[in-house]
Amino acid sequence: MSLTIANCVCPFCGCCCDDIEVRVQDGRIIGTRNACALGASKFLGYNHDRLPYPTIKVGNEARSVSLDEAIRKAAEILSKADYPAVYGFGSTSLEAITAALDLAEDLGALADNVSTICHGPSLEAVQNIGEVTSTLGVVRHRADLIVYWGSNPLHSHPRHMVRYGPMAKGRFRNGRADRKLVVVDVRRTLTARMADLFLQIKPGTDFEILTALRAYVKEIDLEVEEVEGVSAERIEELAELMMGCRFGTLFFGLGLTMSPGRNRNVEAALALVRDLNALTKFTIIPMRGHFNVEGANSAFTWRTGYPFGVDFSHGYPRYNPGETTFVDALNRGECDAALIVASDPISHLPRKTSERLMEIPTVVLDPHITPTTMAAEVAIPTAQVGIEASGTAYRMDGVPLDLRKLVDPPPGILTDEDVLRRIHRYVSGESP
Amino acid sequence: MEFILITGRSLSQGREKEGGKFSEAYRNAVAICELDPQDLEALGIKEGDNVRIRTDFGSVVVKPLPSSQAPHRGIAFIPYGPWASMVTGDETHGTGMPTLKGIRAYIEPTKEPILKLQELYAGRLRVMP
Repeated sequence: MSLTIANCVCPFCGCCCDDIEVRVQDGRIIGTRNACALGASKFLGYNHDRLPYPTIKVGNEARSVSLDEAIRKAAEILSKADYPAVYGFGSTSLEAITAALDLAEDLGALADNVSTICHGPSLEAVQNIGEVTSTLGVVRHRADLIVYWGSNPLHSHPRHMVRYGPMAKGRFRNGRADRKLVVVDVRRTLTARMADLFLQIKPGTDFEILTALRAYVKEIDLEVEEVEGVSAERIEELAELMMGCRFGTLFFGLGLTMSPGRNRNVEAALALVRDLNALTKFTIIPMRGHFNVEGANSAFTWRTGYPFGVDFSHGYPRYNPGETTFVDALNRGECDAALIVASDPISHLPRKTSERLMEIPTVVLDPHITPTTMAAEVAIPTAQVGIEASGTAYRMDGVPLDLRKLVDPPPGILTDEDVLRRIHRYVSGESP
Repeated sequence: MEFILITGRSLSQGREKEGGKFSEAYRNAVAICELDPQDLEALGIKEGDNVRIRTDFGSVVVKPLPSSQAPHRGIAFIPYGPWASMVTGDETHGTGMPTLKGIRAYIEPTKEPILKLQELYAGRLRVMP
């Protein structure tokens, strides 16, 4: 007999679509409705390549051990280290993230989350000049102009355009005919093909184009025929569209944060949106990749005052991107152990940085076998949040949503939060 | 030929990573490089050729594919993943963010094979039970 569970939150991208129907039979997920290709692959593929039991590295092999032994060994590695890093958290619950921060504080560790390699520069920009923002609901109901800048939602957030973007059926704006779509990107993406106005720019020229748009909005004469290969007329056309809308929203992706300029690119976008508010209503929202990376930033902020890259080694939180961030600390060889939760940095960090990570002992909590679990000193399997464990996630606009437990995890497998609390008890000398 | 390399999410990268990172489908989704069809022609790539990508940070062999997001002459795109990570840069310019887009890269056709995931890390991954 199968059971259909309605209104599940999807644990894939920062859209956190909360209208997913999941069909469960004999304790397994057998189908989904409303999920995109990415979401469906997560709901249906969660049993691929599972890490079946805790392992400890012995020579060139990972040997399976009891959970107690793995937790004891993990606590030993982290306690012995002078400056362990605690990293990950894009794909776990808020509850697990707060448990990890409690542990990191007691360890005097470097605590960082995956936003350090996605929207970290955006957060730095927001700290510098602030942001004019809104929830996705407001965009859905009111926006008549949607801009995607350095973002290809048809690939990265496949339902974003239908739920919150140009095709969304809102209260005051009813679908594509009621909204204009602008795409700015370095390639003519699938998203760009649907745009009313597509501006193809050269890689690394976002700052210049954004600044030229600001100049036009502020009625400053550009005094040039073109800016980085884009004609002044095109810039004028886009600026007029932005200034003429009733309510616009600029969604920006990693095209801004990863390109040369990084946080300065985002600052230029934030400033443009701020300037536009002298003439109309305009908001800006980052396209967050993992379903709870926004939650990681929020939890870090309310616990430490800072959204990522927090150094506890002085006994109080310090934040200085470039110094107290995971990639930089690894590059400089400062960390002598690492605890990685729900992330696969070895696959995604630049080669030199991941080689540094492979040189130090790591404790990895993950449901799956990945290069990071395979390089671990101690690997502990955990339940998949949003499928086998409940918890809270923050959508890309900061709206909290409840993730549900739909099926039981494999026998003996705990949640990230439970494993972290047990490691913490061991580290504090209590009985776990 | 010189290119500007960008790495990023693609739909198949996102989908196949959920099917397991050691699967053939994942390798087919991410050990690739999307190039503008005109650049493919200029590189003289023949059926069955791979490409070697060199940057200041490393080098990797991947499969060239005609881009579905063309035109983008002079831009090479590799989806996020272990193959892309072989050629991305560790410099963060004081932001914490490494160099993952906008990297100068040299691309040439090659008959060399695409390494499997375990081979990329040259024996540094443990044998799992």
